Amino acid sequence: MEAFEPTIIAFVCNWCTYTAADLAGTARMVQSPRLRLVRMMCTGMVDPKYVIKALLSGADGVLISGCHPGDCHYINGNYKARRRVKLLNEILTGFGFDERRLKLTWVGASEGNEFAATVNRMVEDIRALGPSEAAAVQAL
Amino acid sequence: MANRIGVYVCHCGTNIAGKVDVAEVARFARGLRGVAVARDYKFMCSDPGQEMIIRDIRELGLNRVVVASCSPRLHEKTFQNACLRAGLNPFLFQMTCIREHCSWVTADGLEATDKAKHIVAAAVARVNYHEALYSRVEKVHPDVLVVGAGIAGMQVALDISRAGHNVHLVERGPSIGGHMAQFDKTFPTLDCAACISTPKMVAVSQEPRINLMTYAEVVDIKGFVGNYTATVRVKPRYVDMRRCTGCGLCMEKCPTKVPSEFEAGMGERRAIYRNSPQSVPNKPVIDAAHCRQLGGKKCGVCAKLCPSGAIDFEQKEQLVSMDVGTIVLATGFDVFDPTPLGQYGFGRYDNVLTGLQFERLNNAVGPTDGKIQMKNGEKPGSVGIIHCVGSRDTNHHPYCSRVCCMYALKYDHLIKDKLGHDTQVYNFYIDMRCFGKGYEEFYRRVQEEGVHFIRGRPAEVTDEDGHLVITCEDTLLGRIVRVPVDMVILCTAMTPRADAAEVARTFGISQGLDRFFLEEHPKLGPVSTATDGIFLAGTCQGPKDIPDAVAHASGAACQALSLAARGEVTISPTISHIDPDICSGCKSCIDLCAYSAIEFDERRRVAVVNEAMCKGCGSCAGHCPSGAAQIRHFSERSIFTELSGMLAGLPHPPAATVAMAHPIPAAETHGQTAQGA
Ligand code: FES
Repeated sequence: MEAFEPTIIAFVCNWCTYTAADLAGTARMVQSPRLRLVRMMCTGMVDPKYVIKALLSGADGVLISGCHPGDCHYINGNYKARRRVKLLNEILTGFGFDERRLKLTWVGASEGNEFAATVNRMVEDIRALGPSEAAAVQAL
Repeated sequence: MANRIGVYVCHCGTNIAGKVDVAEVARFARGLRGVAVARDYKFMCSDPGQEMIIRDIRELGLNRVVVASCSPRLHEKTFQNACLRAGLNPFLFQMTCIREHCSWVTADGLEATDKAKHIVAAAVARVNYHEALYSRVEKVHPDVLVVGAGIAGMQVALDISRAGHNVHLVERGPSIGGHMAQFDKTFPTLDCAACISTPKMVAVSQEPRINLMTYAEVVDIKGFVGNYTATVRVKPRYVDMRRCTGCGLCMEKCPTKVPSEFEAGMGERRAIYRNSPQSVPNKPVIDAAHCRQLGGKKCGVCAKLCPSGAIDFEQKEQLVSMDVGTIVLATGFDVFDPTPLGQYGFGRYDNVLTGLQFERLNNAVGPTDGKIQMKNGEKPGSVGIIHCVGSRDTNHHPYCSRVCCMYALKYDHLIKDKLGHDTQVYNFYIDMRCFGKGYEEFYRRVQEEGVHFIRGRPAEVTDEDGHLVITCEDTLLGRIVRVPVDMVILCTAMTPRADAAEVARTFGISQGLDRFFLEEHPKLGPVSTATDGIFLAGTCQGPKDIPDAVAHASGAACQALSLAARGEVTISPTISHIDPDICSGCKSCIDLCAYSAIEFDERRRVAVVNEAMCKGCGSCAGHCPSGAAQIRHFSERSIFTELSGMLAGLPHPPAATVAMAHPIPAAETHGQTAQGA
């Protein structure tokens, strides 16, 4: 059987992590083909519903990544994201998902290598967790 | 009527097509709901590529366009404009990236093609829910704020003021001129730094359109492009600028002596001081940290002596606020402190100097009146110059500081010139980087003057019986050399300012990995930042020599001017909107908004967005419990469908279940609304 290749949805902010992803691309840093980026203006824009929707629709992991604390283009959107992720972790466990499927990171605009490393690490972590519990959740 | 979507898949030469089967992606796109036409083409951004879109919009009646190519950060505007030229609202367009995020980062061609299909499917799904949006036009305040008055800041201020705009030039130090005012000669022409910079300093002080504020710092910035309000803290000088004549009597008699920052610790200054006799403004300032009177002790000598009664111990700091349209940062660099490189003995041995200290030693108005001498007052018989101290060193700064090779060559020449040909000069270099105009020629000239070049990074500098010895592996000879010298000069790196992070925060810009301020694009946007209306000039963006700093500064001035001269700017309409029919009036968004852009309408009991203040960050939309707050162009529906497109057809059973349980809402209904609108 083929190795399980997890699908990851990454909500990334336009100003930092999206730019870092561009940079990782320009530097040809190979990433998992199952990584899918959703460009948001800021991590503060990521509605918890989006994370749940992604997990219910077949994503094995969700990454939210934005500017470093203090560097958010919109002053403090990333702090709001951080609070929301805390909350989401509890909700996800309630749904029956492993809370490790959701990850929040800060990757600055110039950190292309950090972006590639972050997603590759996440792919490894989710691979270890196995496919999403969505099927079981759906069955409920 | 359904939407009529055009999908355009770019080959980008072989950048995309070399990995992704672009024809297959286009074929796949043709099967997606609402797609009227899907094509692949060599270079979508080229004129024929754009023409193709325009023709299709006109001839096939497209009402939505998707381009799958490079990152939208590069060409989103290009294609939005193409849509606009064909009469299609630019927000009915979606650009999606299959190069940086797909072809360039995926190892396998089949997988890359599969990924590209998902990316295109997501964009097509999403574009159905785009709405026509209209940009807002705002006035741009004609005045410009320039922060930092070194050579770059002065150049910006002069360029802008000469074009007829008012400039507020804020300098943190007591006088302007920056590092250049500390130098003696400049490479490769050997012009005297003061001779070429003093006229600029004077021009700045005399230009009626420049409001020069020295001993002042910007503490707060509010507003947005075209409409910034800056708050500047003017520190008390304790000297009344209007009364002071700059006679200098006070500085002679002040009893307190401290090491001078301007002399890089090579000389002393008093508690009331000015940096140099050529300082602009030429009036002294009292350093409150060292002044006896201000420290509560009895003194006041300066006040007693001042013939014009200009000393004012009662001065208080002032906060001044000003409206400007654009801002240029020219905050400069710091010189690397070589103390952590203990092996070179800086701070331990008297005759180990930094480059800046040597500049002062060599400067006619410096502590030795321009005599190159050792601590004991004697002429050095030999000098060792160590390149790349703190630069090209992964323990400190991995980057090249771009100026050290050249200023080392300048020192070589000046030492030979001042001390005579029998003075031996040894350069310890890694590579010689002499890339500028006239630089290679200067290198040749210095080589011919009999200077020694040893390729290698020295291991250490030791003191052996009162003599300094430099130990180094000569990597060309492959042997260890030990060179006794009387004086060592360390070519220290240019580093970001110690408070660069704070400054970046105040102005809402980012720093790069090297901690210098981050430009919008490393090649095509070297003076702009990600924040509209804020530009960078000179070494705050990265190491530069004087010609490059001046050129960079003029570039920044031009960009700031083009906004200021035009007088208006279009502002993105992708901001928040709160649907009054859905808003429950919970008010939770109001506290979340970082820009205080949401108000509560007491009569209707709903939250309302102030469009002039909203920046579209989405803090409200991400939180709104009832889904009333939505960012235009990033509505819940578009993100949901984007996710469906991305995840459609994945092999897990739940994907299929979910897709069926929540089918993509019929595009038809929405198509009608959009058409009708
Ligand atoms: S803009 Fe990057 S996290 Fe807010």
